[in-house]
Amino acid sequence: MAGEGEKKPVLEMVQADGADEGCVTFVLHNEDHTLGNSLRYMIMKTADVDFCGYTITHPSESKINFRIQTRGSIPATEPLRSGLNELSDVCQHVLNTFQARVNEFKERQEEPME
Amino acid sequence: IFGKMAETMNIVEEIRNRVILGEYNVKNVHTSDYPGNYPGYDDTWDMQKFQKNFRIDIVHLDESTMEFDMVGIDAAIANAFRRILLAEVPTMAIEKVFIYNNTSIVQDEVLAHRLGLVPIKADPRLFEYRTSAEEEGSEIDTIQLQLKIKCSRNPRATKDSADPRELYLNHMVYSRDIKWVPIGNQADVFADSVIAPVHDDILIAQLRPGQELDVIMHCVKGIGQDHAKFSPVATASYRLLPDITLLEPVEGERAERLKRCFSRGVIDIQDVVAKVVDSRLDTCSREFLRHDDLKNAVKLARFRDHFIFTVESTGILPPDVLVTEAIKVLMVKCQRFLSELDSTDLE
Repeated sequence: MAGEGEKKPVLEMVQADGADEGCVTFVLHNEDHTLGNSLRYMIMKTADVDFCGYTITHPSESKINFRIQTRGSIPATEPLRSGLNELSDVCQHVLNTFQARVNEFKERQEEPME
Repeated sequence: IFGKMAETMNIVEEIRNRVILGEYNVKNVHTSDYPGNYPGYDDTWDMQKFQKNFRIDIVHLDESTMEFDMVGIDAAIANAFRRILLAEVPTMAIEKVFIYNNTSIVQDEVLAHRLGLVPIKADPRLFEYRTSAEEEGSEIDTIQLQLKIKCSRNPRATKDSADPRELYLNHMVYSRDIKWVPIGNQADVFADSVIAPVHDDILIAQLRPGQELDVIMHCVKGIGQDHAKFSPVATASYRLLPDITLLEPVEGERAERLKRCFSRGVIDIQDVVAKVVDSRLDTCSREFLRHDDLKNAVKLARFRDHFIFTVESTGILPPDVLVTEAIKVLMVKCQRFLSELDSTDLE
């Protein structure tokens, strides 16, 4: 599943222990602390995650090693997927709140002029 | 929040919610409320709880700056927004400079560098990235600009004036001399808005009679990560809301000295006794730690989840649009990996 032919890989999985699906290191290409730290936070807040961390292997290469270890026999892609979904939902909520407040502020500014 | 005397916040709450600014170090910096860290607390991510505690307050908003508070979010995500505002919100900027004639004393490459840094008022959402395959830009990914100016002697100048403004015509090349050359259907699409630099008084070069500049420029869409000229913000930063608590009553002359230790407006003397009026104005200089008698009277901390954002735009996009675009960029990043996960699962 790592990059077929000319397609540049975006996400790779490197499994250290063949049997245990719960301990996986993902390699995310073209990413840095922006997504790495926020995703790490969301996955750490998930239940049943024993370990979650990320490193930037070398500052010259823009890729991060993202490691997830789960408790029990939960495959590691599950907390990754739920973390990404939750981060996306957080962004959506922040966006909605922000836009509502900006519109409110702009309306309040219009009022004294009327 | 008003400082109370002998604040009764227990130690656990303090570790969870505050960053303590001590004399020699800063304590409790990292987020520690992960599930399993604190017995008795359920710290698993709960969207309902987040939505209940989260709020945004706009303090100031005009065409170029914005100050707003984001409360109830973690530093990791707030920092992600800040990083995206600086480096990953796209803008249009001059990338290729075709120099047909440059007889000024400004070298070609220096001139091209300066032109690249001029902010161009064009909405980047209406353009696409240039795919590296094409040499010639098309109307959807390129804006063509022209700078053609020649300096000459002013025939009407008085005999013995020494002022260059009088002696020469066009001796200062400003950004207002950059003209837009519409290509393709841009003249129709952008009929009502003129594409030009944001500011028309940016000095690009100086000329003397006989020197001229004849330059065609192509603007493309890019992000700050590639080159700082593409960054849409003058700067975007945040600070945490300070929390100043007075641990004992401070009055009289001590109160006056305490008042001077903090920024103006933070501490007020009411009935001889010092009270914390507005801790938001403080810059947390920790000046009170230099006075031995005031050292133990104040506890200085910051709220770990209260971010005071300041976004200053370069003028290309208004700051509230920039923040919404930054949030959308983070969502797109998540979606990209989600679709990547889904596509590899199907294999």
